[in-house]
Amino acid sequence: MSKPIITFENVTKRFGRMVAVDNVSLTIDEGEFFCLLGPSGCGKTTLLRMLAGFETPTEGRILIDGQDISNVPPNRRPVNMVFQSYAVFPHMSVADNVAYGLKIDRVPAAERDRRVEEALELVQLGGLGSRKPDQLSGGQRQRVALARALIKRPRVLLLDEPLSALDAKLRDQMRTELCTLQETVGITFIMVTHDQDEALALASRCAVMNRGLLQQVATPNDLYEFPGSRFVADFIGSVNLFEGVLAVDEQDQAVVRSPELPADIYLDHGVTGGRGATVWAALRPEKIELHKYTPGQPPPVLDDSPAGSNLVRGVIRHESYLGSESTYDVEIAGGRRVRVLRSNLTRWDQEDFALGEEVWLGWHACSPAVLLN
Amino acid sequence: MAKRSAPGPLEYLRRWPLQLWLAGVGIFLYAPLVALMVFSFNDSRRNIVWQGFTLKYYEKALNNASLIEAFVNSLTIAAVSTFLSLILGALAALALWRFRFPGKAGFDGALALPIVAPEICLGVAMLVFFAKVLPWPQGLPWPLNLGAIIIAHVSFSFPFVAVVVRARMASFNRELEEAARDLGASEWRTLKDVILPHMAPSLIAGAFLAFTLSLDDFVITFFTSGPDTVTFPVKVYSMVRFSVTPEVNAASTILIVLTVVLTAIALKVQGDPASTAGGHAALDRPKNRP
Amino acid sequence: MEQHWKSAKGLFGAVLGPPLFWLVLFFMIPMGIVWLYSFGENRGLTEIALTGTFSNYLRALDPLYLKIFAKSVGIAGLTTLICLIIGFPVALAITFAPPKAKTWLLLAVMLPFWTNLLIRTYALIAVLRTEGYVNQSLQWLWNGLGAVVGVLGVGSLGPFQPLELLHNNFSVVLGLVYVHLPFMVLPLYSALDRLDTSLLEASLDLGAGHLRTLLTIVAPLALPGIASGVVITFIPALGSYLTPDLLGGPDSQMIANIIERQFKRANDWPFGAALSFLLMYMTFIAIALQAMLSRRRREPS
Repeated sequence: MSKPIITFENVTKRFGRMVAVDNVSLTIDEGEFFCLLGPSGCGKTTLLRMLAGFETPTEGRILIDGQDISNVPPNRRPVNMVFQSYAVFPHMSVADNVAYGLKIDRVPAAERDRRVEEALELVQLGGLGSRKPDQLSGGQRQRVALARALIKRPRVLLLDEPLSALDAKLRDQMRTELCTLQETVGITFIMVTHDQDEALALASRCAVMNRGLLQQVATPNDLYEFPGSRFVADFIGSVNLFEGVLAVDEQDQAVVRSPELPADIYLDHGVTGGRGATVWAALRPEKIELHKYTPGQPPPVLDDSPAGSNLVRGVIRHESYLGSESTYDVEIAGGRRVRVLRSNLTRWDQEDFALGEEVWLGWHACSPAVLLN
Repeated sequence: MAKRSAPGPLEYLRRWPLQLWLAGVGIFLYAPLVALMVFSFNDSRRNIVWQGFTLKYYEKALNNASLIEAFVNSLTIAAVSTFLSLILGALAALALWRFRFPGKAGFDGALALPIVAPEICLGVAMLVFFAKVLPWPQGLPWPLNLGAIIIAHVSFSFPFVAVVVRARMASFNRELEEAARDLGASEWRTLKDVILPHMAPSLIAGAFLAFTLSLDDFVITFFTSGPDTVTFPVKVYSMVRFSVTPEVNAASTILIVLTVVLTAIALKVQGDPASTAGGHAALDRPKNRP
Repeated sequence: MEQHWKSAKGLFGAVLGPPLFWLVLFFMIPMGIVWLYSFGENRGLTEIALTGTFSNYLRALDPLYLKIFAKSVGIAGLTTLICLIIGFPVALAITFAPPKAKTWLLLAVMLPFWTNLLIRTYALIAVLRTEGYVNQSLQWLWNGLGAVVGVLGVGSLGPFQPLELLHNNFSVVLGLVYVHLPFMVLPLYSALDRLDTSLLEASLDLGAGHLRTLLTIVAPLALPGIASGVVITFIPALGSYLTPDLLGGPDSQMIANIIERQFKRANDWPFGAALSFLLMYMTFIAIALQAMLSRRRREPS
């Protein structure tokens, strides 16, 4: 079973009056690919830099393998970092860059050369050891930074926005490679990113931060489907939020009544909010179905919700055709617009949902997430 | 106030050995100047023991007609040579920034010569020039008698102004100029409305630099000045050669205070001390903090 | 994009004309005359004949003058080295200081630099002379110690012997360091400040200590900046006149003092001109060395 390798205990970091990290407690297990996710300025990089030893916590403790490392300087910590700018030493060859850490550890030359060769092979830079950094592409420099950090066999590898400086194609490729690399070397990776797609694709678990506060720690799947707050729901993917009151809250059903929505939101499970509480119902665009509206015809039947709930009528006000799918902004009674995502299942059927068409919007009783804050 | 975190690995300023080092350097740089200022108020000619506060050396210095004359001369020379240096320096910078012309590299290099040439070489060149080519007439009315010194000062000051202005112009976005032209401004109008405002901070920095260089100069003035055109540094030099007197302390204190005031004004206008140093502006380092 | 001068001849002439005129008339011509004089001979009191002789340069090779050249280079080199040793930690501390402290520290370094050179030199004289602050303080301590010794009845210390701190080579080097320290700190600071902080952090992260990081990462990368600091300090130190004149003794004369003597007292302008141009050439060599160093660093080997 996994055991904890890193523990943050009530860690706070202030720069002057600015609180960069606010009372964060967090445990990361051995072998995880852990992502710190949040908008810029949320404190995720500061958290990572405290782990590396470049910033010292104002309050709290950081433990690696159960040892308090607060007073350990960065050069004596069993973690290594891949910097956002890669920080490849420009005056040293690729091999010298990669060998730098081993030279400091006084690894004998023969073993050092062998390990440098291995590390370069690992990041697919075999044979480029004699190049200078200015003869490498951005992606290659990143691989040097990876090899240089991994060769020290750290307990944890820290990655600070490793993919942000690469162009889109290369980013996709490096994403896959990082995943494979982590499986190959089998050590814990902690990555900072502001890109939710990156985090969802790579992470075994994610911590979402905002304004120095830890918002939620969960698997990518749970973050998306079971967000803990409006911030998380909104930050990861896109979402329709309806503020309302919990009208019914029982063991196996609940109803949210929102003034913005003409119909009730019916849920097939209970909510731990208590009747009368103010809540937010979060509905992802792809979980809303579009149905054609024909005057005089009965509304579509939703088999899991009582009549009159989870179904509203609207007019398509905006449409973006994205090829594999289309997004629609549908205006419902009262003026609120709802975003809907729909896969274009056949080559023709998006034509039923053109600008100005009247439609039904419906969703399943298990789809909305109810948020208490 | 909240608790401070332990110093980070690169916060060298918060480590005691470096604090000690900085304190030592601070004492080395400032103790002689502070002592000089303090003892200008000491009521004793020789002793360093404090004998009581007095302003009598200031009175003496201010009643010393030749010292006052030298002081006024220095300020006049500095003002006029700053004005001329500013014009010539800005023009030189504009020419190098704006135009491609044959011999540009040569002009650029020649412009650097007065900056790198040892003062003594410039001094003797001026001595020879005003002795053989352009003998400055004796007995001209003030301030025309200062002409030779002013010319010499402009010669070594305006290249400094050119360097500062040119460094500033390097950051000029030419699209601004094109936008002004596109919106109908003439060449002169563009210069006035777009280029000069961008140049302005460097003109202030350049003026400060030229004024200080002129006020500070001893060697070149020493070779250019005649018996009736004594500047403050030359006067102090002749006084210092004889002995250390509280009057010199008093006169020096006045000049130091003047320097500090000028610096403060320059900083108020300028904002950033690094750019006033003569092109050492490099405070725009990106910080990799969230 | 730069404009070709022919496309705006009038503006170009108005912009380049005045500075070019001034530079030629009031700098190139005076320098040119001195250069010509360096190949001339004295004829009578004020006449100088341009004979094309090299005798003035040959005279500079006289051991007497060679010694002064060597001494000047030595003193300037020592000054530069001391400035580097003192200035590097200062520049390092400023570079990584928080923005507010950085502004004040830079200001503190620059303020003496803006203060009149003569006043700073004079301030040092007041500190170092026989009746100066150092000696008077030492005397006070000595007398105090003497009193203690007297009370203890161990003997007597004898009269106070003031330290000879002024008018020797020590005071010249001290004065030059005092005057030129800001010249060193500012270029060092701007070189260090340009370094990507994450390179230092990467080195620490990979296990290097601070000293090792300084030697293997900072020093090689900041080398062009260090070289420019060295040259910016060395050149004015080599050509300094005032400091050796006021703080030095009879045997601490430097090149500039010899040049001054030729023009103002010995009235041997051709020889002074030759010495003056030798000093110029030495300056150029220093600059060329620095340029070569920074160019070699820029090119990937």
